[in-house]
Amino acid sequence: MASTIRVRAINSGDITEVQALIQHPMDSGYVKDAQGQTIPPHFIQQLTFEYDGKAVFVADWGPAVSKDPYVKFAFKGAKKGDDLKVSWIDNKGASDATTAKIQ
Amino acid sequence: MSARALFSSVLTALGLAALVSAMPPAQAADTPDPAADAKAFRDYFVKKFPKVKLDDFVNGPYSMNEDMRRQWEEKEQFPPYEFALEAGKEMFATPFKNGRSYADCFANGGIGIRQNYPMFDAKEGKVVTLELALNRCREANGEKPYSYVKDEMASLTAYMAFTSRGKPFDIKIPDDPRALEAYQEGKRYFYTRRGQLNFSCATCHVQSPGERIRAETLAPALGILNAMPIYRSEWSGMGTISRRFTTCNSQIRGVPLEPQSDEYRNLEYYLSYVSNGLPISGPGARP
Amino acid sequence: MADLDFSDLRRLILKGIGLAALTGLGQIGFGLPAAEAAGDKYPEDAFRQKSDTDAIKALYGRGADASDQIKLDAPEIAENGGVVPISVMTTLPGVTSIAFLVSENPNALAASYVIPDGTVPSVANRLKMAKTSNVIAIVEANGRLYSATKEVKVTVGGCGG
Repeated sequence: MASTIRVRAINSGDITEVQALIQHPMDSGYVKDAQGQTIPPHFIQQLTFEYDGKAVFVADWGPAVSKDPYVKFAFKGAKKGDDLKVSWIDNKGASDATTAKIQ
Repeated sequence: MSARALFSSVLTALGLAALVSAMPPAQAADTPDPAADAKAFRDYFVKKFPKVKLDDFVNGPYSMNEDMRRQWEEKEQFPPYEFALEAGKEMFATPFKNGRSYADCFANGGIGIRQNYPMFDAKEGKVVTLELALNRCREANGEKPYSYVKDEMASLTAYMAFTSRGKPFDIKIPDDPRALEAYQEGKRYFYTRRGQLNFSCATCHVQSPGERIRAETLAPALGILNAMPIYRSEWSGMGTISRRFTTCNSQIRGVPLEPQSDEYRNLEYYLSYVSNGLPISGPGARP
Repeated sequence: MADLDFSDLRRLILKGIGLAALTGLGQIGFGLPAAEAAGDKYPEDAFRQKSDTDAIKALYGRGADASDQIKLDAPEIAENGGVVPISVMTTLPGVTSIAFLVSENPNALAASYVIPDGTVPSVANRLKMAKTSNVIAIVEANGRLYSATKEVKVTVGGCGG
């Protein structure tokens, strides 16, 4: 199955700007479906970005983060061609991970 | 038939023939002039919104409102239609069970051609939209057609629009009275009031672009199809031209027609034609 | 709200990720309790709180002071309450954590971010807002807590239906 994670990591000088878009319903647990049944909460709880074995950014998310969540941040110390590992885990225990090359 | 009747019908036919040949082709009382329509349409919006660059009209409400525009630009950095676009690219490249593919059904392998749709099909005598062409391609190759309003159809048209991004709408009305009639029908539909709210498309999108209907900012009709298909936050997902036409009918408390009904095909023909010259910006995102 | 049946397993998994993430974080070390808490454990309790004050207390153990060194970017009127682009950046030195709260949401805490050393103190994300509300950005810097607030209007989508 294709990864749910899309990453763009662009390096410029010492700074690498990272944008990620993840395919995930991020159901809050407050919405009902067409039949009137509450859709149970289903959302990413933790999203981690690792560079050189260290976390450079950790997102702790609740269900108020939008569907197909997006985040942008920047960090120092990386170079073009280096790897950036991205992984997430949701409230149902599902997870996904991918490694992106810094451009 | 009696000899008298036969003679009379022949005369009638001859008479009609004589009448037709005597009449110069384009000199009916109310001659449609699509080129003049398009120019007038464009001029109307340009005059109404002097600060908006012509190409910017394709961005709908975002060309009308600064606060909304900023939110849109932020989201365009990594847009919500990204996944549908990717899926569409993959679908487009995947062959049918019989080994053929979408590329076989379209000029230039289906790449960079979205701006030519809808087109008038002389054999059929009707307007063919991109969505219709895609499903016909599927059926001609033994595949089931997709729903017109979302999912696969949205993904496929998203990809095809993407390959045409920046290309100006180039809708042709051939020298065929049926094509002209289809165009006129589309125009008529656009300006006809309907539904409990008694709105025509023009009521919102020609009379009141940039203004609010309840909490939404209305898009101008000029360039309104250029961003299709769209990811609408309201739908939490993608929708095609078919989806938008049907939901719009529902929203003015009218009866939505079947996707790809003649009226909708003609409407799309008209709306696309009067936006000729404006760039394809799809797939797009909207509130 | 997390699925309680899997809570133990989930905490183990999260702890595993947290530990892996902390390995090599030499510059932060384990001496700074706030950074460790934010980076190691998913702040479940904070996400359960209803009010923003309670959520901030649960997350950081104290209250925040308003700061003009925090730039909170959010629209005047959200085009759609389901996807509101909100970002924060700050000139405060020594930032270790940034959090976003939406006061009028059923649970005020929307997102919390760990900012390790070497990461720019700036985050952009897209949040859900149930209705017109204050959006609060909290920045933890050098052990102290700062905040910036902005009201974002959320209207019901128009055109009936």
